[in-house]
Amino acid sequence: LTKSHILVSGIKGTVAEFCKNIVLAGVGSVTLMDDSLVNEEALNANFLIPPDENAYRGKTVAEICCDSLKDFNPMVLVSVEKGDLSARSTEFFEKFDVVVIGYGSLATKKAVNEKCRKLSKRVAFYTVDCRDSCGEIFVDLQDYKYTKKKLEEKVECELNFPSYQEAVSVPWKPIPRRTAKLYFAMRVIEVFEENEGRKHGQCSLLDLPTVLEIKKKLCEANTVSESHVPDSLLERLITGTIEFPPACAIVGGILAQEVIKAVSGKGEPLKNFFYYDAQDGKGVMENISNSFTS
Amino acid sequence: MDTQQQQQQSSIQGAKVLMVGAGGIGCELLKTLALSGFQDIHIGAKVLMVGAGGIGCELLKTLALSGFQDIHIIDMDTIEVSNLNRQFLFRRSHVGQSKAKVARDAVLRFRPHINIRSYHANVKNPEFDVDFFKQFDVVLNGLDNLDARRHVNRLCLAADVPLVESGTTGFLGQVTVHVKGKTECYECQTKPAPKTYPVCTITSTPTKFVHCIVWAKDLLFAKLFGDKNQDNDLNVRANNAASSSKETEDVFERAEDEDIDQYGRKIYDHVFGYNIEAALSNEETWKNRRRPRPIYSKEVLPESMSQQNGSTQNCSATDDDSTVSAMPLLGLKNPQELWGLTQNSLVFIEALKLFFAKRKKEIGHLTFDKDDQLAVEFVTAAANIRAESFGIPLHSLFEAKGIAGNIVHAVATTNAIVAGLIVIEAIKVLKKDADKYRMTYCLEHPSRKMLLMPVEPFEPNPACYVCSKTPLVLEINTQKSKLRDLVDKIVTAKLGMNLPLIMHGASLLYEVGDDLDDIMVANYNANLEKSLSELPSPVINGSILTVEDLQQELSCKINVKHREEFDEEKEPEGMVLSGWTQSPATNGESASTSNDENEKAVDVTESSSGPEMASKKRRLSETQPENDKKETENVESDDDELMEIENPVMVSKKKKRVE
Repeated sequence: LTKSHILVSGIKGTVAEFCKNIVLAGVGSVTLMDDSLVNEEALNANFLIPPDENAYRGKTVAEICCDSLKDFNPMVLVSVEKGDLSARSTEFFEKFDVVVIGYGSLATKKAVNEKCRKLSKRVAFYTVDCRDSCGEIFVDLQDYKYTKKKLEEKVECELNFPSYQEAVSVPWKPIPRRTAKLYFAMRVIEVFEENEGRKHGQCSLLDLPTVLEIKKKLCEANTVSESHVPDSLLERLITGTIEFPPACAIVGGILAQEVIKAVSGKGEPLKNFFYYDAQDGKGVMENISNSFTS
Repeated sequence: MDTQQQQQQSSIQGAKVLMVGAGGIGCELLKTLALSGFQDIHIGAKVLMVGAGGIGCELLKTLALSGFQDIHIIDMDTIEVSNLNRQFLFRRSHVGQSKAKVARDAVLRFRPHINIRSYHANVKNPEFDVDFFKQFDVVLNGLDNLDARRHVNRLCLAADVPLVESGTTGFLGQVTVHVKGKTECYECQTKPAPKTYPVCTITSTPTKFVHCIVWAKDLLFAKLFGDKNQDNDLNVRANNAASSSKETEDVFERAEDEDIDQYGRKIYDHVFGYNIEAALSNEETWKNRRRPRPIYSKEVLPESMSQQNGSTQNCSATDDDSTVSAMPLLGLKNPQELWGLTQNSLVFIEALKLFFAKRKKEIGHLTFDKDDQLAVEFVTAAANIRAESFGIPLHSLFEAKGIAGNIVHAVATTNAIVAGLIVIEAIKVLKKDADKYRMTYCLEHPSRKMLLMPVEPFEPNPACYVCSKTPLVLEINTQKSKLRDLVDKIVTAKLGMNLPLIMHGASLLYEVGDDLDDIMVANYNANLEKSLSELPSPVINGSILTVEDLQQELSCKINVKHREEFDEEKEPEGMVLSGWTQSPATNGESASTSNDENEKAVDVTESSSGPEMASKKRRLSETQPENDKKETENVESDDDELMEIENPVMVSKKKKRVE
């Protein structure tokens, strides 16, 4: 744990919580990437940014958060990396043991995941996205060996994780009915933001018709009925663009637990999606891969 | 449904929105609320937080970020070094200061315009009476002990203020909602007494053997063999007493070619001798406690050990690192044997020597592992010597190993998750969204895919002596048992009363309070020493006692039944209190009520499943509450880092049944 290097890109409320947690736990280093400037919106659920305009004027979110995080645990090296994550070479990621992409675009998530998988060193890959009072975590640990406690003994286990590309392209029809609707809803939103060139949260009620169109097309392509993805859920996700602080605490906490487990190699990891929805209060793990079709 | 919605709407529209500050944050907040449906009902709400530790820090932060504007927080503790790795609002420079106050200051830094009032006090103090509680819209607990929780529960019932309770143990956590008349109160289901150890008990005032184990494992072992850079309360205590801090820093550092035996004795003398003497110098601490005695190596051990029993150099060079052990070198074969002070001291020094002689590379990186024989030997010996010093019975290696292995450490992330869940329930409570109240369990391993499992709260237990008015039955030997026994074992311990009052008919047998005159006090003290049948108003078979706590506004009737004999093993206290039954929901006793409750639980957790699952669902939800409750019954508290799981094997077995 104390020798682990974590790369974190995209810092909003949930990721701020996550960073706080791993810094307190005592990871080796945390590298922050987020070149957006501090503005009013960033102040909302991000408690790492002091609301003093003089302090944050002109600085990037990553820079401000870096200073705050260092305070929590002086033993952890917190630094900032500027630039575009998706433009980085494969070798760049070799420095890290864990890569966490917050609020990333579909293209970025796929590209970075691919690069991580190309390396001979196993780099743990996570994505996290929170909207309204919902959250999604994705985990890719490739071929992962770990130990877990069964009664009084330690047991060696192995798990095989699908890539991000595979996990989001799984045909919908064979996926069990009781799977969290958020999985499907997030895929629709992903496609919408990709098509329209939007960043996370750059949407509103006005976009609903477009989003519903995309949903319709996806459902048709997957030969499932449109009721597969509730319209009300989609509406919530595109109107509730600000994160809900309690949901940030919850999702950020779960993500931190997962990263800490993965880095120490102890304990059963989450495989491979986690969904939280404050409306029903459930936090569920969904295992989604191409194995459904076989 | 319509009228309810209408009511909600009007309460929101009618609600006075107090927003302090309409600048950058203010505007954003307003936009946030409007957009994402944050009902502004909670902005004007007055919230009381009890506890500013692990859960408390996370909770205060999340409340502030969520838009709460008026928060009061009570905590009697001061900040210790060991808090810093979880309670992120605190820094090194804050050690010794009030948790409530520092938490408040820290949060104001990123939300300067909200109102936070901190109280550095014990929530049981009389100033926090029913009127005090009545001013709040909701009370949120982040406590670490059962006693305080029960006390707050009673005050909330008396003030009719909703309570959101919570607890964490390692990766397990739970959040529960208690609204008078609508849901169970916190005490409707009996809770087992959880085992938690406040930090000062470990560092200064141990009373049980397990406190000594924790000291030996997490302080001494960690200090000598673990990460040098980790903060350690062992240091802080020493520093308080030392004249120069540099001196004490060096005590634990071993010089390059310092003789291991000498180093061992130096450490021994420092922790068992010098530190104890330093602690004794603080009179206050020992006013009502047994004073420990300092122990120095020269009184216990022969002059030089290397000549005595063969130095470590005699160890065979082919000794495997992992099987290095002090016991055989000292002729100790039986791990179940109880060692005396001398033997423990020998093991202490020998084990220490072996670490430095044979496992030098690991020093600075070791964490205690109950399967590490040498570590267990060292910790057992150290704990025993400390126990001897404090007059606590010693234990065998075998017993010590069991205790050392059962201890679960607090996990910071669980606190963060639980804090988020608390705020979500708090908002529901403020919106009076009764249908949406949930008890949420945070699990270590998914159960039916769920890591966070919401369950509908149960209805109040009609037989709960706290929130209903059921009389209790006490079987006791009225001729032999004294009033003092009744007060200590029943009224204070079992009933959890703080300032009790005991009446028999019109006769006041006993009471506690500030406003009593000397004559009354003398009278009560005399009563305490009398057996029940000898009291001025004799308490015999068939008598009915009324026991009250005015602060908690709790009143109980106890029917007394005389009984001659009590089984020493099964009923060691010599009295049996009964009368309140387990909530029907867990027993399945009352068929109709339990089915109703099971139905509700089913709806919540399996809302999207089809009819074919019906029979399976019922079974699952029948077992679920019981298992969850049993499993999470241990989830009482976190804060003071260290908690013993009652029976870890049982817990995992039950988990399996749920899955």
